[in-house]
Amino acid sequence: MIDLSTNCGGIKSPNPFWLASAPPTNSAYQVCKAFDQGWGGAVWKTIGEPVMNVCNRYGGYDYNGQKIIGLNNIELISDRPIDKNLKEIAETKKLFPNNAVVVSLMVESKRETWHEIVKRTIDTGCDGIELNYGCPHGMSERGMGSAVGQVPEYCKMITEWVTEVSTIPVLVKLTPNVSDIIYPARAAKAAKANGISLINTINSIIGIDLDTFQIMPSVAGKSGHGGYAGSAVKPIALHLVSQVARDKEVNLPISAIGGISNWKDAVEFILLGASSVQVCTAVMHYGFRIVKDMIEGLTNWMESKGFSSIEDFRGKSLEQIDDFGNFNLLHKTVARIDQKKCIHCNLCYIACEDGAHQCIDLIPVNGHNKTVVRESDCVGCSLCSLVCPVESCISMVRVDDKTESKTWNELMKEYKNENKPLTWENLAEFQKAHGIEIH
Amino acid sequence: MKNLAPKLSLKEYENNFAEIHPPFNPLTAKTEAERCLYCFDSPCTNACPTHIDIPTFIKKISTDNLLGSAKTILESNWVALTCAKACPVEVLCEGACVYNNKGEKPIEIGKLQRFAMDYYYKNPTTNIFSFPNRKNKSVGIIGSGPSGLACGAELKLLGYDVTIYESNNTPGGLNTWGIAPYKTRRKDSLKEVKLIKSLGVKIKTGIRIGETISIENLLNKHDAIFLGVGLGESAGLEIPGEKLKGVYNAINFIESVKLENWSSVKVGKRVAIIGAGNTSIDAATEAKRLGAEQVYIIYRRDTSQMSAYDFEFLLAKKDEIVFYFNTAPKKIIGKKFVEGIECVKTKLVSNGSKGKSKLTIIPKSEFIIPVDMVIKAIGQKPHNNFLNSIKGLKLKDGKVVVNKKNYQTGNPNIFAGGDCINGGKEVVNAAFDGKMAAHGIDEYLSN
Repeated sequence: MIDLSTNCGGIKSPNPFWLASAPPTNSAYQVCKAFDQGWGGAVWKTIGEPVMNVCNRYGGYDYNGQKIIGLNNIELISDRPIDKNLKEIAETKKLFPNNAVVVSLMVESKRETWHEIVKRTIDTGCDGIELNYGCPHGMSERGMGSAVGQVPEYCKMITEWVTEVSTIPVLVKLTPNVSDIIYPARAAKAAKANGISLINTINSIIGIDLDTFQIMPSVAGKSGHGGYAGSAVKPIALHLVSQVARDKEVNLPISAIGGISNWKDAVEFILLGASSVQVCTAVMHYGFRIVKDMIEGLTNWMESKGFSSIEDFRGKSLEQIDDFGNFNLLHKTVARIDQKKCIHCNLCYIACEDGAHQCIDLIPVNGHNKTVVRESDCVGCSLCSLVCPVESCISMVRVDDKTESKTWNELMKEYKNENKPLTWENLAEFQKAHGIEIH
Repeated sequence: MKNLAPKLSLKEYENNFAEIHPPFNPLTAKTEAERCLYCFDSPCTNACPTHIDIPTFIKKISTDNLLGSAKTILESNWVALTCAKACPVEVLCEGACVYNNKGEKPIEIGKLQRFAMDYYYKNPTTNIFSFPNRKNKSVGIIGSGPSGLACGAELKLLGYDVTIYESNNTPGGLNTWGIAPYKTRRKDSLKEVKLIKSLGVKIKTGIRIGETISIENLLNKHDAIFLGVGLGESAGLEIPGEKLKGVYNAINFIESVKLENWSSVKVGKRVAIIGAGNTSIDAATEAKRLGAEQVYIIYRRDTSQMSAYDFEFLLAKKDEIVFYFNTAPKKIIGKKFVEGIECVKTKLVSNGSKGKSKLTIIPKSEFIIPVDMVIKAIGQKPHNNFLNSIKGLKLKDGKVVVNKKNYQTGNPNIFAGGDCINGGKEVVNAAFDGKMAAHGIDEYLSN
């Protein structure tokens, strides 16, 4: 029996799929509908300070015929009064006692104000609180959102105001718009947060209309930066999640956010340590119904891998992450092209020729050009295998004898011990000794 | 004709002759363009007789550089709109698309080319071409079909004074008169004619060389001549009854349809087309779409030997054309009007170990198909009289012999291309011939 249930910093949910604090969690109508369709949890759209929104609010980044691979927004936190939101939250929680209802909060930086909103929020019966330190537009100008997340001291101070009165788990949602995500994460830890949510949206300008010169989205001729989300940000989010997950000082459960559109994306974040995942853009594009495939796909995948719970594979890929200096310099791969699968688009040739190391030849055979890798020159960069449009036509094949290993750090240590300076000549000697030729 | 097909409503005619390959809209074009792998050294370019740089023009569609896309296309092919709509892409560019090797649908290159060319003809400009200094030499071109137009345009951009002589009152040759209306309309061809005129090429219509002006006269007037005269009248069946009322030739029938005055085209209730080439299919589907109730294609040999492309065969079958294979016409029956066609069954008899199998008639296999109209579509004859009258010109099997490198004929001042040198191929072949002949002429006149 596959058990998808999770516990993220004390917030339990029947599955790891949560809706992120965003337009899809603006009302009880939406959250109840989402729970009905299978979502395990929902982080209510941030409630707090009085705001007013503008139109237009969103800009889409389309690529190669695919709509909205990235979405940027200038929408603010909930523009509905606190009372109304709290009432709906309480009603929703009553209707769905087993789903995780987390409430995102953002108020001005006053201890009393925070104490009051936290207490009122707890009174709804919700399962947890998420502190929005991430919103990069509008609210930050008023000293909230990412203005807090970007300064670890503020982050710690406000989190402390919350944790000192909260009786339910507190997640701190971080902004990626910082030079090092670890510091605000550590600040949250120091302030006794129960978990970290990341990433919030990335500062962005989505695009400019070439006929009108108007930056999108346009608000009566004006525009500005917005928060970028969607599939396009996933690689950035994966990295930042892994950084927080690896930090021994932080050591907190993670609710991962950033471009999660399907169960496979979710699995990747869980493999990097996430306990739950939050989804927004994909739902804004396709609706709540996508969760059905997410649950089914994850279940089937776990079944096929022999996992019975999320904990069975959570963080499984983290151990691979290491510093460049600990990578084996003697690991050698070359590209091999399966001529039977090749369709002769020759993209591997031009990519290698112009963009890499000129080690694929075009050899005329039967009216087309055959691509042949000069293995002696191949540096094993793998670009050709990435541009190849045919599944498993170009493989990167390991050709070293797997017996030797030497990392840069080890090599430098040797040099130090031998009093050998790091010079091109000394490096060439090492390369020659191991049959490595640089062209 | 004894029994005419009933007339259809205007709407029915327009439906019947609506485009079989409707255009992309900007979104579908872009999506398809973005599906293109942008191959290096691409097989589609090699498969195009004019070697259009297909991945480049498609990439430009994906970046909304439609003028640049059209320029890339026109650099290789001056009648690219017609080609986009009428080329047998299945056996040319699209047939060579690497997606076929992948088991996926090839890129719809023809429709993408049409998308770029439609944009160009909505926003025409000659700013994309560079005109060199004039060379004070002139070239006369006989025929304004695709080879003549391509040759004229190319020569103009090489600095020559160019005059095209066209016997018809409307220029464009088979592009204007010979392509089924559900593929291209006359206006498409005339857009291309207009472009070539806008480059400065003069087109004189209603002038029949050899009658209005002699070829010698023309040779004196111009430094070189290009022959793009195509083919002549339809070949005869050489069977009794060919003079009966209701016997037509395919070329004239198709021309009459091209006027788009559908209801004025006479078509029988039951029509027999003789021959199974691509022109036969055109004639058959057009007769059907004009309202003929029953249309037959009668062919001496079998499917494996017919020259019609597979997709044309399929189109005819979709139009419910009935095929009589291994059937030869023996006699057209009727008093004054066509009443039927007497046919005989044939079979191929092996000719031993050597050579082709021989077509033989099966004795006593005669049968009659009642028809009201017979359309001859067994090929066209070359312009023998005219071509034979030109000094130095050599003909082989009715085709003008040219040097394959520069398209020069036996008369050094005369070059030739298109159907008159290949016996009848695609528009795209003629377009390539014309372009290459222009360079042959330039080289010849520059030395």
